Amino acid sequence: MTLSAHAPAPDVPDATAPAQWPDATGHFGVYGGRFVPEALIAALDELTAAYEAMRVDPEFVQEFARLQRDYTGRPSPVTEVPKFAEHCGGARVLLKREDLNHTGSHKINNVLGQALLTKRIGKQRVIAETGAGQHGVATATAAALMGLSCTVYMGEEDTRRQALNVARMRLLGAEVIPVTTGSRTLKDAINEAFRDWVTNVETTNYVFGTVAGPHPFPAMVRDFQRVIGDEARAQLLEREGRLPDVVLACVGGGSNAIGIFTAFVPDGGVRLIGLEAGGDGVETGRHAATITGGDPGVLHGARSYLLQDVNGQTIESHSISAGLDYPGVGPEHSFLHDIGRAEYRPVTDAQAMEAFALLCRTEGIIPAIESAHALAGAMQVGQELGPDAVLLVNLSGRGDKDVETASAWFGLGDRTAPTDGDERAVEAGRGAEPGPGLDEDQHATEGAVTNDEAVAGQDAGEQQ
Amino acid sequence: MSALQDRIVAARAEGRAALVAYLPVGYPDVDTSIAAMVAAVEGGADVVEVGVPYSDPGMDGPVIQEAVDVAVRAGVGLPDVLRAVSAVAEAGAVPVVMSYWNPIERYGVDRFAEDLAAAGGAGMITPDLIPDEAGAWLAASDRTGLDRVFLVAPSSTDARLASTVAACRGFVYAASTMGVTGTRATVGDAAERLVARTRAVAGDLPVCVGLGVSDGDQAAEVAGFADGVIVGSAYVRTLLEDRGPDGVRVLSRELAEGVRRAKVRT
Ligand SMILES: Cc1ncc(COP(=O)(O)O)c(C=O)c1O
Repeated sequence: MTLSAHAPAPDVPDATAPAQWPDATGHFGVYGGRFVPEALIAALDELTAAYEAMRVDPEFVQEFARLQRDYTGRPSPVTEVPKFAEHCGGARVLLKREDLNHTGSHKINNVLGQALLTKRIGKQRVIAETGAGQHGVATATAAALMGLSCTVYMGEEDTRRQALNVARMRLLGAEVIPVTTGSRTLKDAINEAFRDWVTNVETTNYVFGTVAGPHPFPAMVRDFQRVIGDEARAQLLEREGRLPDVVLACVGGGSNAIGIFTAFVPDGGVRLIGLEAGGDGVETGRHAATITGGDPGVLHGARSYLLQDVNGQTIESHSISAGLDYPGVGPEHSFLHDIGRAEYRPVTDAQAMEAFALLCRTEGIIPAIESAHALAGAMQVGQELGPDAVLLVNLSGRGDKDVETASAWFGLGDRTAPTDGDERAVEAGRGAEPGPGLDEDQHATEGAVTNDEAVAGQDAGEQQ
Repeated sequence: MSALQDRIVAARAEGRAALVAYLPVGYPDVDTSIAAMVAAVEGGADVVEVGVPYSDPGMDGPVIQEAVDVAVRAGVGLPDVLRAVSAVAEAGAVPVVMSYWNPIERYGVDRFAEDLAAAGGAGMITPDLIPDEAGAWLAASDRTGLDRVFLVAPSSTDARLASTVAACRGFVYAASTMGVTGTRATVGDAAERLVARTRAVAGDLPVCVGLGVSDGDQAAEVAGFADGVIVGSAYVRTLLEDRGPDGVRVLSRELAEGVRRAKVRT
């Protein structure tokens, strides 16, 4: 790998140009589409039409750009990390600093776009699912900014792992509903959010947090996240006069990865590598490496790779990282995998935590545990490619939310990470137990919830 | 010809609506769930929706979730479902499988269609499969002569009502309220409006109403404007409350009386 490996390509990708995929009905090859109850089709059609009109509307483009600059703090910088890179076979490592965004991760990019869309279609209430809590925090933030009522579904297990983010959402005025069905993680939060949406669709927009779900979410979320790669590509060309050899990102549902990949997809010489959560190791069965260890099927409204058993039941995923602990993945990743444009590799909990610690100590940056999976990937790929390689890593978020989990992992202090049986987070007033006046139960979709009684607008938090 | 449509038309000839009972295979266990389906038939169900347990039942409320969760964890799969289908057919009702899409895709659409037809099943209801995505199932059901029931909803546009109805065989499933499955205090006039809109494009195809019916009075109310009354959560609740196949038979009797009480349009 040398500097001449790539002809400089100074052209700036046009984010408003029509994308190569999906097709008109939301398919990326055989993946994607809409596998949802008929009751949601009208809302998805409405969303698609409104989004198509909005994305080319100069007023929106201007407003979105203004928010990204003045509110999120874009463009996010690119930071070279030479001391960390010593552990990456001496390859050069550059981090795209999505951790420096307002609210602490890339999730805000998507949410601002969808919040503007919500206002455009005249709905007053947003719902969201969240795993690590970053998407929930971002949605609660945008809702506060734009005067929308906000309900966030979060697996009960995750409300404990990411108690700090539960408190943040509540401070921002959102209602957080711990989900107690199934595996009590992100997958079940998505099920519950869909149930809320189908019940309250007349008043409510579903702000989906990743590039999965039914059409138009995979394409729309990608479009809102592609700013990551658009910026990074231009930043590398300007600073280095060349493109990176490899772009790396962690993959939960896949939004930060698609966000940084998209601008580089046409650059055939740039390798795109997604790092999946390998948990205890793919061979143990306790992991969340969907493409590495799964098969194509249908989950949460789209066809894509997923972790499933012989009966087609979704297998519960495992990862130290709540944001990657998801048995599905966005359909565009499945497509990029099958056509060979991107590679997907697993990173175990242990490998991710090693990379996490290294970045903290060598560079003074505490990454999100999600993002640490991408850093671990850079350590491997750097070893493989050697000192001439230039690696661009998406640092999708910061690790403030993960301090307890990391402390427990490294045995720092007397604190252990909150677990299912652990009441400490609750005692501290920021665990799974909602505060006074907040809904404790999941939404009462059982019972006489009809259109006329749909939880409306600013009152949503007061109904039960 | 369609086994489902024939049965519903036969009920209409008796001046009543058909009673369609939903029960999931595998709650509390496979054998008892099959006994409950047979009891539902003995109590008067014309059609049994044989439910396939699924780990992520996005359209179901807490009652059905609780029951299928047990079945999923016990590893209940399509071979058990096919056994239930045969038992329902033997008991004299028309069995139709109700399944989210992934278990079918995993088993193989063509293989399942053949096995279902061989087991005496009439066809399949697919709550998260819209005709737009159903290419493989449309072909397989044509080849095997199985019925295929898609859902329409109050939010469906006229154009979608027409295209969905055109893809249906057996009957059209009118999901009467916007929301998930579960019993409701009132049926609401959204159901009647949806049925009227559906009939306008359905021709001879029967229209059955589901989501929310729980007792004989509601069954009678729905039977006043629909060709079939679909009851799910109320049956499942009977099992959750430990009233067993006997309780299911009693509920079926009440509902069967309800669908006969209303004056049905002929
Ligand atoms: C910092 C961070 N990175 C990555 C992810 C994973 O999501 P995605 O794969 O959609 O980027 C999350 C999700 O919560 C996150 O918080």
